[in-house]
Formats: sequence, structure tokens, C-alpha cells
Amino acid sequence: MTCEEADVMLHALIDDELDAGHAREVETHAAGCARCAAQLGSYRDLRQALRGGGNLRHTAPASLRRSIDRAVPSPAATDRRTLLKGFALGGLLSAAAAASVTLVVLREDRDQRILSEAISAHLRSLQADHLTDVLSTDQHTVKPWFNGRIDLAPPVIDLAGQGFTLIGGRLDFIDGKSVAVIVYRRRVHVINLFVTQGVGSSLPGPRMETVQGFNIRRWTDQGLNMLAVSDINREELDEFGNKFEAAARAARAT
Amino acid sequence: MAYEGGGDRGKAERFRAAALPYLDDVYTLARYLLRNTADAEDAAQECYLRAFRHFETFRGGPIKPWLLAILRNVCRAEYARRGALTAVVDNLEEAENKSDGLWSEAQSSPETETLQRLDGESMQRLITQLPGAFREALVLREVNDLSYREIADVTGVPVGTVMSRLARARGLLRAAWLAEEKGP
Repeated sequence: MTCEEADVMLHALIDDELDAGHAREVETHAAGCARCAAQLGSYRDLRQALRGGGNLRHTAPASLRRSIDRAVPSPAATDRRTLLKGFALGGLLSAAAAASVTLVVLREDRDQRILSEAISAHLRSLQADHLTDVLSTDQHTVKPWFNGRIDLAPPVIDLAGQGFTLIGGRLDFIDGKSVAVIVYRRRVHVINLFVTQGVGSSLPGPRMETVQGFNIRRWTDQGLNMLAVSDINREELDEFGNKFEAAARAARAT
Repeated sequence: MAYEGGGDRGKAERFRAAALPYLDDVYTLARYLLRNTADAEDAAQECYLRAFRHFETFRGGPIKPWLLAILRNVCRAEYARRGALTAVVDNLEEAENKSDGLWSEAQSSPETETLQRLDGESMQRLITQLPGAFREALVLREVNDLSYREIADVTGVPVGTVMSRLARARGLLRAAWLAEEKGP
């Protein structure tokens, strides 16, 4: 680790946001570098002074509390249009931000990280013109393409008859690991289906979530973790998952 | 209609129980972002009204970051109203891209210098003088006590940016603190 890296990372160390490995790296560096050790000490002092030295919080005036209390619920004075505009903008901002989340050194709920990385990968696939490495609507072309490229055989299923067109596959990265991605289209919407090796724990049933405005459906299939991300609505994504699961079962039965 | 009214009341009660405990957090962030008591009160009020109207869209999890994200949107609208959007937001990016200035002063200052205790009011003033993006990151971390991930979500930037903003914010704050001790 260089001093330049340590300059930034030591803050994450102070904030207890580093995983054990990276925390050790920063500490090892500081142990052998007087300058960075001094920086670390000095910022710990600053932190201490901020937290212990005086109250940095403001207390909301009682009049404000009362007036909010009175205003909830407020059926009148709702300008939905401007409100929605504001929120649409917020959505765009966070989508753009999600697209560039690259840092994986921070300790956070792994589950949340996987979700946000899946969304990032989904956004990247739409923005960078890198939706597919193998472009084909034929499952018998897409499935063998993964052979030798990744150590799992993702189920590739043609769902064109059910309204979800297979458009290809690609490799992507989630949680620092290669994952197979099968790409479907529903009208103008893209569904990215991420397939990773399961880690033993299988979900009892499918799980639907909404993160940053995207719908996510997760389920397990024969020891594989499946995660579908799209901007189509919840019901349609759930329908996609159900049809996929049914078709996968049918394919195994034959 | 009577039933809908009942639903609204239920929603209002749930909202009050979930959101009102964080009013001080919301108001505090508004004070630091807008640097003005009256505007901060207006912004906090607007934040709660919006939050209530959109309470259905809240998907669970900690509600504090959700409220603070709404507050931040309200404050940005306020910057725009003041016509100060460029002054507040663009300067942030500029400040971030510059590697000289106060930030490097903080690094070159003698490392052994220790910070004298400052009273809360002086600390508040020093924080308030930080450039916007750094101030925002620092307050969300040190005062609102959000995690990096939560700050990233609230401010709409990657976690790495949060980390570097915090590093700069603390560097600037430390330099200002030391300057304060030396006196004008």
C-alpha cells in the first residue's frame, strides 16, 4: 500500500468500514511509515474531538415539530407534478451513481452489495453497449458459448413463446467472481439474468425486491443462484421467473 | 371515503411513529446544508410533507437515510431557487478536482501538532465553512452517523467518492482547526 492510498483508506479504517484484510493492510503500512502513523493518530484525535468535544447536532424547534405534526396528513396543497419530477430526477441520479460503484473493499452487508452490484452490472450492460458477448436467440448457441468460459453450465431457456425473447449471453462480475448472464428482452425492456454457483444455502422460494427502482427476483435452481434484474414491473418480472423455473423443470423432466 | 380516511389515518400514524424521531437529524442536516435557520425549518417541513406523500414507496430498512435523501433533494431545489446552484454544486466538483490548496496544507502541517479543544459552536462554524460536498459527507458521517453505503445512497455518488470526500473534508477541517488556534 502506498502513502497516497493510505491517506484515503485510513479514514475508512477510523470509520470502521474496512474488512479485516484491508484494515490489516492499512495498519501494517502505518506501522512502517511514520508519516502515515502520524496522520492516522491525528485524524483519530480529530474524530475524538468532534464526537466528544461539543454538540454538533441542532434540535428542531418545537414550533417546527408542531407544524409538521399538524401538516400530516395533508390532503391539500399537493402538487404531484413537481413532486414526481423531483423524484424522477432523484432516481436518475442514483441510477447514474449505481453504475459506477466499483469499490468492493468496504465491509457492508454482503447481500446488499450483491444486489447493488447486480444493478450496477445491469446498468453497465445498458450503457456501455456491452449487453451480450454472444448474440443469439438460439438457446443451443448461447448455452455452449459458456463452455470453458465459466465453471458452471447455466440453464439457457428459450421463452420467446411466453413473451420473453432470448437475445444472448455474456460474462460479468459480481462480488469479485465471474458470473454467467443470460439476457432477455420484454418489449423494450432488458432482463439480465445472473447465474452464479450457489454457496449451499438455497432459498425456500423466490424473493422479490425493489432496489433503486429496479425489480429483482432471486431464486435457486439445482444449486445455482439465479438473480434477475430489470426495470419491468414486479408482476412481469415475477412472471418471467415463474416461466423460467417451470421451463427449467420441464427441460429436466425430458 | 370513510374507509379511505381511515387508511390515511393509519398511514399517518405509521409515518409519525417511523419518521418523527428523526426530525432532529433532518433539521441538523438542513442547518448545515443551507446555513440558515429559517430556510432549514422550511426545508425540514417540506421534507416531511414529501416523505409522507411518498411513504408508500418507502421499502423498509432504515428510514433515516431515506428521509435525509429527500431532505437533500429539497435543499438542492432551495439552492436552485436562490440561484446559487452553480456556486454550491459546481464549486464542489472544482474543489474536488483541485489537489492543491487547503488540503495539501493539511498534509504538510507538522504532524505532531495536536488540536486544542474547541467549543461546540466553534466546531459547528468550522464545519459550516467547508465546501458543500465535503461538508455534506462529513455531517452525514459524524453528525447523522450514516455508514459509507448509506451516504453513497443519499448523495448519489459511489462509495469510493464518499471515502475520498470524507478524507478531504477532514483534511480541510483539521487545517482550519489548526489555523483557528494560531489566531488570525
